[in-house]
Amino acid sequence: MSIWIYIAVMAGVTYLIRVIPFAVFRKKIRSQFLQSFLYYVPYAVLSAMTFPAIFYSTGNTTTALAGTAVALALAYFDLPLIVVALAASAAAFLCGLVF
Amino acid sequence: MECKGIMKNQFVKGMGDGIAIGLGYLSVSFGFGIMAAGAGISVFEAFMISLTNLTSAGQAQGVSIIAAGGTLIEMAVVQFIINIRYALMAISLSQKTDKNFTLPKRLIAAYGITDEIFAVCIAKKGEVSAGYMYGVISVSTAGWVLGTFLGAEAGEILPPQITAALGIVLYGMFIAIIIPPSRKEKSVLVVVLMAAALSCVCKYFIPTISGGFAVILCALVSALLAAIFFPKKPEEEEKEEEAE
Repeated sequence: MSIWIYIAVMAGVTYLIRVIPFAVFRKKIRSQFLQSFLYYVPYAVLSAMTFPAIFYSTGNTTTALAGTAVALALAYFDLPLIVVALAASAAAFLCGLVF
Repeated sequence: MECKGIMKNQFVKGMGDGIAIGLGYLSVSFGFGIMAAGAGISVFEAFMISLTNLTSAGQAQGVSIIAAGGTLIEMAVVQFIINIRYALMAISLSQKTDKNFTLPKRLIAAYGITDEIFAVCIAKKGEVSAGYMYGVISVSTAGWVLGTFLGAEAGEILPPQITAALGIVLYGMFIAIIIPPSRKEKSVLVVVLMAAALSCVCKYFIPTISGGFAVILCALVSALLAAIFFPKKPEEEEKEEEAE
């Protein structure tokens, strides 16, 4: 079977998952419960995606922990996204040179 | 004319906010490119997979199904399970879009609803315009397809220590998004801690659940409980914005 059929199925399913809800929910939702729920969803999603996956993100738990600690500390002081992201990576890299 | 100017400003702002994502994507998709080449997929095919899918876990699974000669049904079901979290993000994001975000714009911008682009749009103060999303998406997609190309074409250029350290970039960005609001609001802190704890439980005690599905399950439970116990006062922020 041609690889392009596989790619079309992959891309098609993925796009439909994104576009249907985004196109259907066009009005502001008024229910307080649903508003609260949708307010919390991003934080819940991002947190569930980050932990525990971040500990395995560098292939070495020690360097990943160093990067996580730096990210948490800098994020606590509200530094910009790119600074936190790159500092976490730099910390993991430096830690990798030592361990 | 004035309207176009605003659109352009928003686009440029989006591009700026997309740089962190683009850099992170460059490193992640570099790994995807290496993997695809290893599975016998050509550089052009790998490039096209990245351009049309713009998703990490789904593409990695997709490539292994292609390499194993799986069925198209299997491909569709696996993509659905791994990527269904985007539906939740799309609903959440639909509530933050500005009033000029018409259906045709939604059809275009929906292409770019990824974990990271969603995260950046949610972190942005106020409403999200189509121009802003296009800006974020264009820089992010450029990083994603360029990384795929480089990884597939010349996977060994970067020393492994650097490739490994780059693996944490996107998670670092997620932390930068969830920590500041957790400081300000106890309810958000509770949601963040609960979702992280549930996610760890899924990973270590119920490993049979796929990663993408575990994320949606943990997020739904945490956000539902928080909505029950810490309901938000209706439309505080939106009223302020309307007054502007």
